[in-house]
Amino acid sequence: MLVSISILVFLIFFATPGVDPAARIAGRNADQLTLQQVRATFDLDKPIHIRYVSMMKHLFIDRDLTSYVNRGAEVWPQLTQAIPATLSLVFGAALIWLVLGLALGITAAGARKSWIDPAIGIIGIVGVSLPVYWLGEVVNLITQGRLHATLFRWVPPLGYVPFTQSPSGWFLALLFPWLTLSILYAGIYIRVIRSEIVGLMQEDYIKTERAKGAGEKRILIKHASRMSLITVVSLFGLDFGALVGGSALLTEVVFGIQGVGRLTFTALQNFDLPLIMATVMYAAFFIVIANAIVDLVYAWIDPRVRRG
Amino acid sequence: MLPINARSALMSDEILKVTNVSRVYETSGGGFGRKNKVSALDGVSFNLVQGETLGVVGESGCGKSTLGRIISRLDTPTSGEIIYKGNDIAKKSLAAMRPLRKEIQFIFQDPYASLNPRRQIGAIVEEPMRIHGVSKDERRARAQELLEKVGLDKNSYEKYPHEFSGGQRQRVVIARALTLKPELIIADEPVSALDVSIQAQVLNLFKELQDEMNLTYIFVAHDLGVVRHISDRIAVMYLGKIVEMGSVEEIYNNPQHPYTKALLSANPRIDQSAKSTRQILTGDIPSPLNRPSGCSFHTRCPIAVPECSTREPELRRVGAVDVACNLVL
Amino acid sequence: MAEKLLEVKNLCVSFKTRKGIVRAVNNLSFSINHGEVLGIVGESGSGKSVSMSAVMGLIKDENAEITGEVFFNGEDLLKKSDEELRAIRGKDIAMVFQDPMTALTPVYTIGWHIREQLQLHSDISDKAARERAIELLEEVGIPDPAKRVDQYPHEFSGGMRQRAIIAMALSLNPKLLIADEPTTALDVTIQAQILDLLERLRKTYNSSIIIITHDMGVVSELSSEVLVMYAGRMVERSTKSSLFANPQHPYTKGLMNSVPRVDRARTSRLETISGQPASLLNLPSGCAFRTRCPSAHVACTEQPAFISDSNGYGAACFLLTQGARS
Repeated sequence: MLVSISILVFLIFFATPGVDPAARIAGRNADQLTLQQVRATFDLDKPIHIRYVSMMKHLFIDRDLTSYVNRGAEVWPQLTQAIPATLSLVFGAALIWLVLGLALGITAAGARKSWIDPAIGIIGIVGVSLPVYWLGEVVNLITQGRLHATLFRWVPPLGYVPFTQSPSGWFLALLFPWLTLSILYAGIYIRVIRSEIVGLMQEDYIKTERAKGAGEKRILIKHASRMSLITVVSLFGLDFGALVGGSALLTEVVFGIQGVGRLTFTALQNFDLPLIMATVMYAAFFIVIANAIVDLVYAWIDPRVRRG
Repeated sequence: MLPINARSALMSDEILKVTNVSRVYETSGGGFGRKNKVSALDGVSFNLVQGETLGVVGESGCGKSTLGRIISRLDTPTSGEIIYKGNDIAKKSLAAMRPLRKEIQFIFQDPYASLNPRRQIGAIVEEPMRIHGVSKDERRARAQELLEKVGLDKNSYEKYPHEFSGGQRQRVVIARALTLKPELIIADEPVSALDVSIQAQVLNLFKELQDEMNLTYIFVAHDLGVVRHISDRIAVMYLGKIVEMGSVEEIYNNPQHPYTKALLSANPRIDQSAKSTRQILTGDIPSPLNRPSGCSFHTRCPIAVPECSTREPELRRVGAVDVACNLVL
Repeated sequence: MAEKLLEVKNLCVSFKTRKGIVRAVNNLSFSINHGEVLGIVGESGSGKSVSMSAVMGLIKDENAEITGEVFFNGEDLLKKSDEELRAIRGKDIAMVFQDPMTALTPVYTIGWHIREQLQLHSDISDKAARERAIELLEEVGIPDPAKRVDQYPHEFSGGMRQRAIIAMALSLNPKLLIADEPTTALDVTIQAQILDLLERLRKTYNSSIIIITHDMGVVSELSSEVLVMYAGRMVERSTKSSLFANPQHPYTKGLMNSVPRVDRARTSRLETISGQPASLLNLPSGCAFRTRCPSAHVACTEQPAFISDSNGYGAACFLLTQGARS
């Protein structure tokens, strides 16, 4: 599957009619000589399958693939430097949205007859409706701009601080990006978890639990919520995989975090195929890994899925 | 093995001859890519005379539903012959089966799932005719006629399935099955999902239609009372094989196979005064994935001897019935 | 005179729906003594399941209205709070449901389930609970109980699961077990095992059983007392032998004739009850069975009272008042 993705990306870049990669690389108004040089340097004369194999080899085996745009800048290190930033961002946000989603989702499901359920519902809708880039900019406006001198003095400038450099800096720099990114997902998860649990409360085994004499709270948490994890795991796997693969791009751009998302964005803007290839392959790889982990977690939480 | 009413005059031709039909499923659960083979049907043979009703009875995993689907060719047998009116239909392609679908119809158990909830009853009943190219006016007339025949109101035509009860819906299913004047109807648990009082109505309907249209039925069910009422002959199945087959009277009054005896004995009786002790089999019904060796019933059989775990008995004629038991000779 | 175990008086359960008020249970009154087995028979819409759910306090629908009195051991269950009822559910009154395949939370082992049942009502330690669970599984005939106690529900067949569920239900020695169609989803030979088990356990624990079913044969095998319901009302109440020998109510007669009997000569036609089961939204005035009854007459437009003898046996039918009772 990974191979097919790489071939697809390659073909899109090179086989799109009307686009001359050499012209793209050489820049506007390049003369014929420059174009020829570009073609030679990047093997653009050779047949397409040789070019593909060559690129793959440089990317994965030699790891010395260079960018089309910044001559000589290697692709691999750019990627490896960006990964920790994205991972830090996504892990932190994921923790927050899972905790919020579960806590509020379960509470809403359990408090259906009171005002708490619709109140949480509103929170959920708000979370889902606020676009990340807008919210991020607003947050920045407040924390970096208006109230920076007073209330938010402690907020560091935009950008990522590696953990190894300064743990507290790392934390503070990521705090608002975490909150911003997690709001959207928290909204989704609150709604999904709530409705899943409400549905599960109609199941036969819940009836048995009541007949046993179990209280509603116990049923809600030990039975309905526990069973809802099956859906949550599935959803989370997809979301997490996609985000680590680079979907957090908007958040990264707004908060100036040099993560994979941002890197992909830059690569696309510049038509930098080697970099695009690297980031896309990385993203695809991570999604495959995430799915594999989801399968494992499934077997852990649902005994029916285990073999033998 | 005479039927109990005047159908006997019309019954003379053999309409179906099933020989050694097997259906093996391959599942992927064997680990390391190995496939498990599940034998849902194993060497089933029987004949059917036109106008008669064969009741097929058995518990989970016996293969009765598979048998019904195989004969109506909703599924293909792995081996064996199904000779319908002289033609072997066992391996016919879907296209080749099409004209025969007019004659062989299938009725499912669940009246709630058998009807498309978004179509009117009239359209549902007309569908088979539409597929086979009957004209619009003719279709409508026939649909109305059939709806009346199965005991539904004429204005049912415009209504939707959700406006009807389970029993009424099953009548619609029957009407639909009759549209192209079939000869053979295979019904898989057609009354199991219905209330007792409605069940009786639908069973009566089945019988009336059979008398009127000289239909042949294969009636698959788990309820021994229902099967006894509707059938002329009965086949008792266990784990993919027929273990006993004979007329209704013989099977119910004088069962030979230990499983048949246990099955009849297990049936909860209304009349408790005849205090024959119930024979309760021990243990679970084995899974078709794990069929016992030799005679597949030997693990639960009250009269099993060591030979039964190695020798698989053949279905053979003993007196008035066909029995597959090492000890009945 | 022995005090009645359960006495239901004028129980009514209605639901507010968009199409109107549905009286699922309408003035149900009956009692059951210690050690008795009562079979409640009816078809869909009869109210048999809803009535017992109401007795257990299991109806959680906000649109439900429950009135009447349900005396259990002298106390009215309908006046109790949910907290008080929880102490009774599972301990004094236990319930077993129809489909064993969906009755247990799949992510916990059978041993866990039994332990939960025990620990909800007593201070038993985890270790003692596990031992008790193994004992119980053995008692209900599950082979290799020490191993199976740690297995998950999906690793048990339908029959075995139902046994485990029954074991769990009886683990605290309840005085009353309510079984709602406990064998309907099971094969005939397995059904026989379960009915046999219930009878055996009843004797061992000396508990009473209410078995809800549509199957006359099951009623006959297990119960000594029978109650027939139609459209939310009790239409006949009798001992098992009287009911089958001499049914009084036309519905009971019709129901028994509808069942194809294995122990009687075959007939070419079953005597059926004409028409459709009563729709609870659209009940006929007076006797709900009136529109399908072969013996209906003018008086039936009034609701017939339940005419009973000193034991509470009888039927709700005008035919009885005319001295037709034999």
